[in-house]
Amino acid sequence: MTNSISEIKDTDFIFAIGTNTTETHPIISLEVKKAIKNGTKLVVADPRKTEMAELADIHISHPSGSDLILLNALANVIITEELYDKEFVEERTENFQELKETVQKYTPEYAEETIGISADTIREVARGYANADKAMILYTMGITQHICGTDNVLAIANLAMLCGHIGKPSTGVNPLRGQNNVQGACDMGGLPNVYPGYQKVVDEKVREKFEKAWGVSLNPNNGLSVGEMMDNAYEGKVKGIYIMGENPVLSDPDANHVEEALKKLDFLVVQDIFLTETAMLADVVLPAASFAEKDGTFTNTERRVQRIRKAINPVGQSKEDWEIICMVATAMGYPMNYDSAEDIMKEIAEVTPSYGGITYRRLEGDGLQWPCPTEDHPGTPYLHKGRFAKGKGSFHAVEFVPPNEETDSEYPFVLTTGRRLWHYHTGTMSRRADGLEWKYPQEKLEINPEDAAKLGLREGDKVKVASRRGEIEIAVHCTDRVPPGTVFGSFHFRESAINKLTNPARDPKAKIPEYKVCAVKIQKLA
Amino acid sequence: MMSVKITINGRPVIAQEGITVLEASKQAGYDIPTLCHHPALSEFGACRLCVVEIKGMRNLPASCVTKISEGMEIQTESAAVVEARKTILELLLANHPSDCLTCQMSGNCKLQDYAYRYQVRNVSFCGETHNYPLDDSNPYIIRDNNKCILCGRCVRACAEIKGENILGFASRGFNTKITTALDKDFKDSDCVYCHTCVAVCPVGALRNKEMEGKARYWELEKKTVDCGLCENACKFDLNIKDGKVIGVSAKEGTPERFGQPCLKGRLAVNLKYNPDCPQKPLIKKDGEFVPVSWEEALGLDELISKMESFEK
Repeated sequence: MTNSISEIKDTDFIFAIGTNTTETHPIISLEVKKAIKNGTKLVVADPRKTEMAELADIHISHPSGSDLILLNALANVIITEELYDKEFVEERTENFQELKETVQKYTPEYAEETIGISADTIREVARGYANADKAMILYTMGITQHICGTDNVLAIANLAMLCGHIGKPSTGVNPLRGQNNVQGACDMGGLPNVYPGYQKVVDEKVREKFEKAWGVSLNPNNGLSVGEMMDNAYEGKVKGIYIMGENPVLSDPDANHVEEALKKLDFLVVQDIFLTETAMLADVVLPAASFAEKDGTFTNTERRVQRIRKAINPVGQSKEDWEIICMVATAMGYPMNYDSAEDIMKEIAEVTPSYGGITYRRLEGDGLQWPCPTEDHPGTPYLHKGRFAKGKGSFHAVEFVPPNEETDSEYPFVLTTGRRLWHYHTGTMSRRADGLEWKYPQEKLEINPEDAAKLGLREGDKVKVASRRGEIEIAVHCTDRVPPGTVFGSFHFRESAINKLTNPARDPKAKIPEYKVCAVKIQKLA
Repeated sequence: MMSVKITINGRPVIAQEGITVLEASKQAGYDIPTLCHHPALSEFGACRLCVVEIKGMRNLPASCVTKISEGMEIQTESAAVVEARKTILELLLANHPSDCLTCQMSGNCKLQDYAYRYQVRNVSFCGETHNYPLDDSNPYIIRDNNKCILCGRCVRACAEIKGENILGFASRGFNTKITTALDKDFKDSDCVYCHTCVAVCPVGALRNKEMEGKARYWELEKKTVDCGLCENACKFDLNIKDGKVIGVSAKEGTPERFGQPCLKGRLAVNLKYNPDCPQKPLIKKDGEFVPVSWEEALGLDELISKMESFEK
């Protein structure tokens, strides 16, 4: 997020696209509700009529995978009607001309024709966003989990930069991260191409710095993204994988392929708090400690580094993750000696500029928001004030790309996936909580009543859903939350593992798979 | 902000214009009892327990909804105030089960605290009492309307913090009660069991079912942790008895960041004692997992057994 969570309530205009905020980010949705109470205008773009859509002044139900047409059409109106912030565009951005030319053909009328959203609505939303004093865009996986995920994000950045809606309080671009510490994991280099603080693996100076800090020589090449690892494992090129706190057998697309890939490995280690579906395939399982049993920090979606404290001792012989990593590294011949999580934080501050001023002493209380480069820096509630980190902000002219897989006569429905309020990810934790199982014990595929009638389906009927990759059995829930032609299911339930169906086609830049669109057929089971 | 001069219990005090008598008294170190007031919620002025005496005013005004003004002379514990509070408490207790011996909230109940503070032993009013059925239709919240004092905190918390509007007032006079739409059980309402109402209930009318019967309040040790189940990473309190976590509650003492408890975070604590939790490293031998020591899992068992043989 370029802003802080608490700034949401003070904005004048929220454009929320591809985010089912009330279910997936319930606490942040409370801030959205506060904003609405303060008179903020809310526009929600989502194929599904979510609770957010019901709260909205305007709901745009565009087809899954057509975001670039919508976003470019908004940019088209903002440029054609000269609603953009000329001073901001002049002083702080580059490539405006290129954007202008590219979005020229994405007129509201073109959008109306292609994605069925009325030209008037698009104009109204563009004007509302551009003319607002303080405006925010919220987005999540509905934007990123497409083969054009990176381009979708760039198109959002275009809108914000056009209107100068960035770098001010309650004004900015806010991707809501999906987990308590996914921001922290990325910040710490849990990605194939960067060291902590997004310092590039291929940069020689950076590599020298880390070689010196760690006293080893480091591989100069980028690693593999998770999808690429699975493909390489399947082809026998990757021999061993060490998985920590992740359950790819349920969470990765084309789950059958993932399971086969993992089975082909020579050696699989899984470190987790439970015996997950993935752990069951492992050669060795290392028992980890849960959040209440360890010290350290979580960095949340607003870049806030927060202390976590060990409240109880690890159950049985389970250990904190950092201790296990040290033991494994030491056993492998690299003596890794840290006394505590705090000891590691000191090293993080030394080698990570954006965390340079963060110490455990300063994290007492509500934590610090990075960038926080020095001991006397107060932290950064919102990013890009006055200038962009890279200097001038570049507009990126991005063209619409259709989803990798489109419907046809054999697979006539679009399947899109997401989460439910009651469960979390692959259910490793939430499905072991009795109360949640009572509340939401099985997944049901959302299908529009029109489609259900055509297929002769009634509420609760069992169906077989098949894509080109796999098939599952699942009950249906007939609801107009989904438009005709689209069905929706969550990935929480192993009994109806929706990712057996999803398409592993990836965005070429970010390597994120297209979880949000795949073609399926539905057949009633007796 | 302008400041105004007032006196509280004879002591001159300078306070910010626009704040309430309750806030000004709190800042000056005087603890006025409150039941319906909550700093994170809108002003309500229903319970009247916070009444004070203000020179020149005809009645005893409720301090939580009375703004201070220049020259105000306030008495927070005068004889008239104490008498009024005792009567209010007596009226509340007249229709409240006297089962503090076994009530889960004993030790964490404002009604109990204030009855003690004002030594309200004998209730001189006797009449009809409520006999509502207990709503324990769900695994999360027990709703016991017999203990409800109609302070309306839960109604405001649900509406103002969560925006859910599950709870509301129904009926009139003696029959007034807090209930869900169409007076259904929680199970059949749209409640998402976030427990915000439980966290604000000053008595035992809305209780955390998980912790029911597991510990007295004074036996609990509270430890604050950051939740691991969404991007917000809220803080909440683990309630620990004899080293075992028995439940989770909203972090105490942070009314301004209030309303953080949600269902997923609270329930994550159940996981700690789940039997599926591997407690030792496991190695797959002939297709079956076998628990082993860390040394064996790390491949050091041979090395260690050798070293041990040297010692001999």
